[in-house]
Amino acid sequence: MTTTEPDRAATRPGTGRHAGKPRREDTTPAPAGTGGGGGGSRPVDPGGNGGRGGRAAMSEGKRAERRLGWLLCAPAALVMVAVTGWPIIYSIWLSLHRYDLRLPDQQEFIGLENYIVVLTNSYWWTAFWVTTLITVISVAIELVLGMALALVMHRTLVARNLVRTVTLIPYGIVTVVAAFSWFYAWTPDTGYLAGTFAPDGAPLTDRAASIAIIILAEVWKTTPFMALLLLAGLALVPDDLTKAAAMDGAGPWQRLWKVIIPVMKPAILVALLFRTLDAFRIFDNIFVLTGGANDTSSVSMITYNNLIRGLNLGIGSAMSVLIFISVAIIAFLFVKLFGAAAPGSTGERGR
Amino acid sequence: MAEIVLDQVSKRYPDGALAVSEVNLTVADGEFIILVGPSGCGKSTTLNMVAGLEDITAGELRIDGERMNERAPKDRDIAMVFQSYALYPHMTVRENMAFPLRLAKVDDGTVRRKVEEAAQVLDLTEHLDRRPSNLSGGQRQRVAMGRAIVRDPKAFLMDEPLSNLDAKLRGQMRTSLSRLQKKLGTTTLYVTHDQTEAMTLGDRIVVLQGGNVQQIGSPQHLYDEPANLFVAGFIGSPSMNFLPVTVENDRLSTPLGSVPLPDRSRTLLSAADAPRELIAGIRPEHFEDAALVEDHLRDKGHTFTGTVDVLESLGSEKYAYFELEGEGPQARQLADLASVTGSADEGGGPRQLIARLSAATRAKEGAELDVWFDPAHILLFDPDSGRNLTRAE
Repeated sequence: MTTTEPDRAATRPGTGRHAGKPRREDTTPAPAGTGGGGGGSRPVDPGGNGGRGGRAAMSEGKRAERRLGWLLCAPAALVMVAVTGWPIIYSIWLSLHRYDLRLPDQQEFIGLENYIVVLTNSYWWTAFWVTTLITVISVAIELVLGMALALVMHRTLVARNLVRTVTLIPYGIVTVVAAFSWFYAWTPDTGYLAGTFAPDGAPLTDRAASIAIIILAEVWKTTPFMALLLLAGLALVPDDLTKAAAMDGAGPWQRLWKVIIPVMKPAILVALLFRTLDAFRIFDNIFVLTGGANDTSSVSMITYNNLIRGLNLGIGSAMSVLIFISVAIIAFLFVKLFGAAAPGSTGERGR
Repeated sequence: MAEIVLDQVSKRYPDGALAVSEVNLTVADGEFIILVGPSGCGKSTTLNMVAGLEDITAGELRIDGERMNERAPKDRDIAMVFQSYALYPHMTVRENMAFPLRLAKVDDGTVRRKVEEAAQVLDLTEHLDRRPSNLSGGQRQRVAMGRAIVRDPKAFLMDEPLSNLDAKLRGQMRTSLSRLQKKLGTTTLYVTHDQTEAMTLGDRIVVLQGGNVQQIGSPQHLYDEPANLFVAGFIGSPSMNFLPVTVENDRLSTPLGSVPLPDRSRTLLSAADAPRELIAGIRPEHFEDAALVEDHLRDKGHTFTGTVDVLESLGSEKYAYFELEGEGPQARQLADLASVTGSADEGGGPRQLIARLSAATRAKEGAELDVWFDPAHILLFDPDSGRNLTRAE
């Protein structure tokens, strides 16, 4: 980077400091954060940026720097491989075997048979669709509420810290504890919510009501997190931009939809990605609230049931791998979307 | 096209700070008005109140005779250019410029035509499909201008639009901005802290300080007849020299020697019932190397001898700095001025005098030089109020 900066400046004399900025970064014209921050957060760039020179042109100092870089991240990389790489490989290996701890004699390699069993099983698909439903609805609600909260926190002038702290309380409570509160609240006799909204029945014994309560608990718990991520995104929108939009004739809603949201789109995508991945692996709320009764199990729940309760390591591992694949697909889709949304990556490249 | 009237407009923040105090200003249709002053003087606040981005605490804002205080920015039909340009990063140049028109629900054909016209005027045609992040500073500035002019607003508000450009580009943009405003004939309110920009661009200048209007007038008027010490010191570069003087009979006793008090000044002083201790102001260009002054002129003026401390040659002229002995002039407005211009030595320490001499001078650093000036150019100020006493109302 440092090597390309001067020659770019030299080929285009007389242009201001803005012109010298690398073309690919920089979501806003604001000079402060984007220039330095963007430049610093592009560790992969030396290769891409030095397109004209390529690897051969790399100087001795640069190579030493790169070697040092590898050395510095090696310990972390090794630990990562040990704690995540190995279990993944082991569970893939398990998933290709008949491996039931209750029948230890019948261990054998059976190829993809576990997967076929799982994927042709209606329990799996029921759980899959329940999980998807919970994920989609809860993330959608969280996004809207989170955005509203973020806007409130962003705009608040009085007692700003108090508002932010209060907003974050649900996120600070252990999920299981919160889930038990919801559980008792919705249980007849002990619960004020059950008494108020469903005096005649027990909501947690009804499938639709249970799923709704699970979503409610999930939304209550994680909206603050969403709001926090979106608040960081809102801070990226310069004040001048909304002022300019107001001058250009945009009302509050138009400012939100046409300026604020498009500009903070990367932050929204990050928040959505985090929450979607999290929500898809939902476990504790369901475990506490319904225990999976009435077809309210998520994929994580039935994996747990097979793996830990049923001790069927083969089937359980196959399910884990399937969850892993689902999560990977979600992440991949988001990253694809992301790539398209990152400013400067679309349209013209060079000039 | 519109007339903008600020009638006793004030801004007080919730914490009690008074940012703008009772500004009265009438901007005629098509006029180019500059609000100038040091940072924190209330010029941007004033502009934001006209824009509708900040509420008006007291007073009334009228555009074309209509009260605007309660109207949202979008209902005032004025366009604004920001210092940061505030271009929408997710839109192309074309979309940026079309944005106000789209919001106003103008049909596609008209939008296209207007954007292309504006792009033509601003020399942006070939950049229409690029994004702001791929443009240079000057180009971005022009896009911001384009976004303002496409919808023919009643007025332009500009908040230091050129201060993010480098010096050379700023000079170019200044000229083209002036030309553009003349061509469009749109009422313009322009905020800057740069007195050069103020002098060169405006039909009239409003000098603000501490939320108060110091003086309103044409650039030349402000330069020749500043209302007070602040304006005198703020307008002009290098700035005016201030000296403590005493009126003795018909003469002025100054650190440069005793000079006769011009008749005009004497009449005005006695009319104003002025104190004896005053502050004199002389602009650097009113000094000249005595050796270069013709004889008959030299006798009319006053000559003093000083040692040249520093000599700066600019090619076309030379700035000579002299050290003066004794206390500098003391006045509240001078202290204000010093705090905004950053010259902390204004209050005490060695006093210096700047003289702008013609390039032909043979002055040398460290050598003595005879310097001539005409006492008729001396302005006299009241140290307490800062008022210019030699200015006929």
